[in-house]
Amino acid sequence: MNRLAEQFEQLRTKNEGALVAYLMAGDPDPLRSLEYAMAMEAGGADVIELGLPFSDPIADGPTIQAAGVRAFQSKITMKSFVQIITEFRALSKTPLVVMSYYNPIWKMGEETFLKQIVEAGADGVAIPDLPVEESTNWLNQCRKYHTSRIFFVTPETDDGRAKKIAEQSTGFLYLVPRYGTTGARDELASHTASLIQRVRPLMPAGLPLAVGFGLSNKEQVQTVITAGADAAIVGSALVDKIAQGVSPETLMLFVRELKDGTRRSASAAV
Amino acid sequence: MATRVATSSNQLNKLGVGKLSELPKDGKYGDFGGQYVPEILIPALKQLEAAYESIKTDFEFQRELKVLREEYGGRPTPLYFAKRLTEYAGSAQIYLKREDLVHGGAHKFNNVIGQALLAKRMGKQRIIAETGAGQHGVATAMVGAMLGIPVEVYMGSTDIERQKMNVYRMKLLGAQVHPVIAGSATLKDAINEALRDWATNVQTTYYLIGSVVGPHPYPMIVRDFQRVIGDEIMGQTLRRDRKLPDLLVACVGGGSNALGTFYPFVNESSVHFLGAEAAGAASLGKGSVGVLHGAKTQVLQDEWGQISETHSISAGLDYAAVGPEHSLYKKLGRGEYISVNDEEAFEGFRMLSQLEGIIPALESAHAVYAGVQRARKMRKDQLIVITLSGRGDKDLETALRYEQARGTV
Ligand SMILES: Cc1ncc(COP(=O)(O)O)c(C=O)c1O
Repeated sequence: MNRLAEQFEQLRTKNEGALVAYLMAGDPDPLRSLEYAMAMEAGGADVIELGLPFSDPIADGPTIQAAGVRAFQSKITMKSFVQIITEFRALSKTPLVVMSYYNPIWKMGEETFLKQIVEAGADGVAIPDLPVEESTNWLNQCRKYHTSRIFFVTPETDDGRAKKIAEQSTGFLYLVPRYGTTGARDELASHTASLIQRVRPLMPAGLPLAVGFGLSNKEQVQTVITAGADAAIVGSALVDKIAQGVSPETLMLFVRELKDGTRRSASAAV
Repeated sequence: MATRVATSSNQLNKLGVGKLSELPKDGKYGDFGGQYVPEILIPALKQLEAAYESIKTDFEFQRELKVLREEYGGRPTPLYFAKRLTEYAGSAQIYLKREDLVHGGAHKFNNVIGQALLAKRMGKQRIIAETGAGQHGVATAMVGAMLGIPVEVYMGSTDIERQKMNVYRMKLLGAQVHPVIAGSATLKDAINEALRDWATNVQTTYYLIGSVVGPHPYPMIVRDFQRVIGDEIMGQTLRRDRKLPDLLVACVGGGSNALGTFYPFVNESSVHFLGAEAAGAASLGKGSVGVLHGAKTQVLQDEWGQISETHSISAGLDYAAVGPEHSLYKKLGRGEYISVNDEEAFEGFRMLSQLEGIIPALESAHAVYAGVQRARKMRKDQLIVITLSGRGDKDLETALRYEQARGTV
């Protein structure tokens, strides 16, 4: 069992959802992004999702686009990206998932890319612009390196397709209830709960369901966990804090508050 | 004349691509093409493909398209024998396919009218588009006004600056123009933003893409609507000279006017294809295989897969990728692609203006230059058709500034 599966198993016994915390590698520079990742971990994040910056992030809204620009300004390279993972893994057992657009992976070679990040200590990869249809070789490589392959399901995905996608996914299934790009929103899409209920029965038993894109506060985390998700993914709201240049401690406190939203006993009281 | 077309059907079979004219197969052109987009767009692409397949054989749709192309768009466009240009080059006979005379001033209308009718058929309430030179945006705004569908256009702020008149034209035609400041603030960034808008509004919105790029089925749809250029060339040369052209020349940005010109001749191995890319944006000449805007294709990128910024005097060619079908033509040797730099393009721009009284778009000027150079290496009895993708009115300010900077005016 890899770290990701173990983590979800443990949380299940504690009756907690998982908090997946996203940040962009190299934002504002490689060293500080490592510090922020550690702060997230210390604040209670159950999974760290580390973004690899890409020049043309079509699935991202302004917040994460800007994080990518800052990362490029810090002169992040593939080497320093892998180094962040290595350093993180030396300090923490918390599962880490890489979020990358497909072209950097393709350019390096799917296998070379996976080998490097897995040896550094990554546990899974999510690729927002690689649908299952284009993933034949990628799936084989992920099997070979025992890496979780995380695919996406949206409100537009019909049942048959969602089932097919879920069957190819390991680690967790990434459910995006909102139309459009990443970015913190004040309101959760109204169909979120019904979407969770629609997708859940289509998934293989034991595969965790994570909901992301647009979650920005504890209440929203609570809502998706209460609605039956196994994990809530928070990205832009955290990246916003990093953009403001908050201290790692401040970020830690914010993560702690978000994490509170994943405790089912707590959410039942709301 | 340079290398003859070398692709035998044998070679094609070995590559497993089958007959070139029958592509795409499963959304692919050999290794190229595909649908590398966020999951939210996959169902929309499937709906689009189904809708497109249904109108292909729909009598009423095709009749409406034909009537609008002719009565609104001004088709067919003439094939003009460029006598003085031919004399200047001093060898092969040069003809110009006059897409600059299409309504709106460029070939872009051919595709826009087809897709806009498709959008209407699909019941979409809003059309979005990206634009580089502004010609695609103008064509979309124009057709949107004519069909009564609201249009919003994404355009890089660099392009807004150098194509001011087209921005005003779009606004005058009732479209909203959204500046895009990300990245190099050119066509690539405008497409990114259009894709984001589409993902957000996919239920109500039709994304009307302007070239043979993007995820399947777009490269196929745009090619099919642009093939009218090549189909007309075929009829016109056969009627006039009782033979097919020896060489077809077109500029290549995303590659739609070029593919529209080439595609109907793809099985005619005696017809050579020459594509002219901007030297500062030569994805076929200097790029490598990558994935951008939903397709696997030749892309200008750095060693870790970040997309490069491009530079061309012509906004319409200033793009880091190219249509996947061109990537296959290049790989198979079915098409030849060369680079033309700003200075050479400008020479083509002046040459055509002064020898023929036709001011070409700076994009098309790349093709003019390439065609004249190649004509010199050919025989007098050979026949060249250069597709003049657009007229130069939109570029006068750029051209004037270029000349002022060099003290030539
Ligand atoms: C006049 C003209 N020619 C050519 C192009 C390049 O596009 P494509 O390569 O798709 O024909 C453009 C694009 O804006 C254009 O306006």
